[in-house]
Amino acid sequence: MRRLLGLLPQAEPRGADRVVPPTGFTARLTLLTAAAMAFLAVFALALSLASGRLADRWAEALARSATIRISAPAEQMAAQTRAVLDILAVTPGVASARALDEAEMRNLLSPWFGPDLPVDTLPLPQLVEVVETAGGLDAEGLRLRLAAEAPGALFDDHTRWRRPLVAAAERLRLLGILSLVLIGGATAAMITLAAQAALAANGQVIRVLRLVGARDVFIARAFVRRFTLRGFSGAVLGTVLGVAAVAALPDTDAAGGFLTGLGFQGWGWLWPLAIPPLAAGVAFGATRAAALRMLKGIR
Amino acid sequence: MIELRSVAMSYGGTELLSDMTLKLMAGSFHFLTGPSGAGKTTFLKLCYAELMPSGGQLNLFGQDVRDLGRDDIAMLRRRVGVVHQDCQFLDHLPLLENVALPLSVAGRAVDPQELKDLLGWVGLAGQARALPPQLSGGERQRAALARAVILSPDILLADEPTGNLDWEMSLRLLTLLVELNRMGKTVVIATHDLNLIRAAKAQVPARVLRIQNRRLHLAGADL
Repeated sequence: MRRLLGLLPQAEPRGADRVVPPTGFTARLTLLTAAAMAFLAVFALALSLASGRLADRWAEALARSATIRISAPAEQMAAQTRAVLDILAVTPGVASARALDEAEMRNLLSPWFGPDLPVDTLPLPQLVEVVETAGGLDAEGLRLRLAAEAPGALFDDHTRWRRPLVAAAERLRLLGILSLVLIGGATAAMITLAAQAALAANGQVIRVLRLVGARDVFIARAFVRRFTLRGFSGAVLGTVLGVAAVAALPDTDAAGGFLTGLGFQGWGWLWPLAIPPLAAGVAFGATRAAALRMLKGIR
Repeated sequence: MIELRSVAMSYGGTELLSDMTLKLMAGSFHFLTGPSGAGKTTFLKLCYAELMPSGGQLNLFGQDVRDLGRDDIAMLRRRVGVVHQDCQFLDHLPLLENVALPLSVAGRAVDPQELKDLLGWVGLAGQARALPPQLSGGERQRAALARAVILSPDILLADEPTGNLDWEMSLRLLTLLVELNRMGKTVVIATHDLNLIRAAKAQVPARVLRIQNRRLHLAGADL
C-alpha cells in the first residue's frame, strides 16, 4: 500500500507550511481519499443530472402523447380503426394521429418475441398513436365519443404509468443530490480525522510555535494550507478520472430516446469543474475547525 | 515587567507554589535556585503564561495574565525569550530557519546579514544549514539562545540552560547571557549550579532567588 501511495504526486511545502514536517504516507492517503471521493462525486453528479433529464423527458414526452388500443374481431378492425381516426381528426387538442403499421408493431414486440414475429397471424389489437397539442385534449369527452362510435377502442393517456415513472426519476435525482451531500460530509469527516491525527502527531511542533509567539491562526494556517492543497489535488485527480469514466459509458440512444445516458450533456460537462474547489473548501473548513478546536487545549 | 502578588500555583489540588511576591525590574539579572521539583520550571512557566496562577495576581508587562486572551499571550511571548533545557526545536528545519522562526511567526522580514551576525555571536555561523539533531548539546543551547533573542525581547527566561553542558560551555553560555543583560535585557536563569551563579556574580550584580517549601526567598547572601 505504501509503495502504491508512493507513486502519487506530493507537493513540496512552501512558506509557513514548512513549520509542519512532511508526512509522506498520510499526505498521500489524504490525496487518495480526496481523489476517490471526487470520483464518486462525479458519478453522483452525473446520476443526479441524468435522472433530472429523464424526469423532464418522461414528463414532457408522455404528457403530450396518448395511445388508443382497438380490440375488435378481425372483420371489424379496419372499420373501427377508420372510425377512431375520423373522431381524432375532428377532436380539438389533437395535433396528429396515426395507426401503427405492421412493421412498427413488430418493432414494439420484438424485444419480447424476437424479430421474426408473424404479426399478421396473431390476434393483436390495433394501436393508434395520438400526439396532443400544447393545450391538451378533453380525455373524458374523447372516451365517451369512442365508446359510442368505436366500442373496441380504449383511450390511454399514459397517466397511470407516467406518474410513477416521473416520481421515480425525481426520486433518483434527489438520491443523486443526497449522495453528493453524503460524499461531501464523508470527505469532511475523513479530512478532519486526518488533520486531527496530523495535529496530534505534531504536538511538539505546536508547542515550539506557541513558545515563540505564534498565534493560533498562524499554526492552523500551516495545517490548513497543506490539507486544502491535498484535498484540491486529490479532487482534481479524481474528477479527471471520473469524467473520463463517464465519457466512456456506452450510449443509450438505442433505447429510442426514451432512456437517457448516465453522462453529462452540453454545458453539463462543466459541472464537474466545481468538484475540486468544493473539495478544497471542505478540506479548508474541516481542517481549520479541527485545528482551532485542538489548539484551544494547548497554552 | 513581571510582578507577582501572593501568587499560588496548584496541580491537581496540591499546592506547589504559594504566597510568592516578587517584582522583576527591567535590566535585572536573577538566578532561581532550589532543589529538584521545588517548582523552578513552574515559576518560569508562570512568567510566560504557559501556566495560570491558581491564586494571587500575576502581572506581565502591566497586564493581569487572567485578562489575556490566547492571541494576547502569543504577542506577550514575543517580548519574552525562553531557553529550555531540552531546547525544543523543529527537527526537520535547518538551524538557520529554527533561529529565524520567531521572525516568521511574527510576520517580520528576515535580514540575512543580521541572522548571520546572530549566529556568529553564539558561535554557530558554520552550522547554519545543520539540522538540530546534528548539533551537540552546547550548540543546541546556544542556538536556543539565538532564537530566544532574535525578536529582541525585554525578558530572557532560561530553564537549566547549562544542565547538559560541560563547564567550559556553561561559561560560554553565561557570557552570552551577561552580554544580553548589559544590553538592558532582564534575565532570569533557573539553575541548581552554584558554581555558575558564583561565576555570574563576579560579572554582574545578580540576585539569587530560592524556592523552598513552596515559597520564594532571597538567597543571595549565603553564596
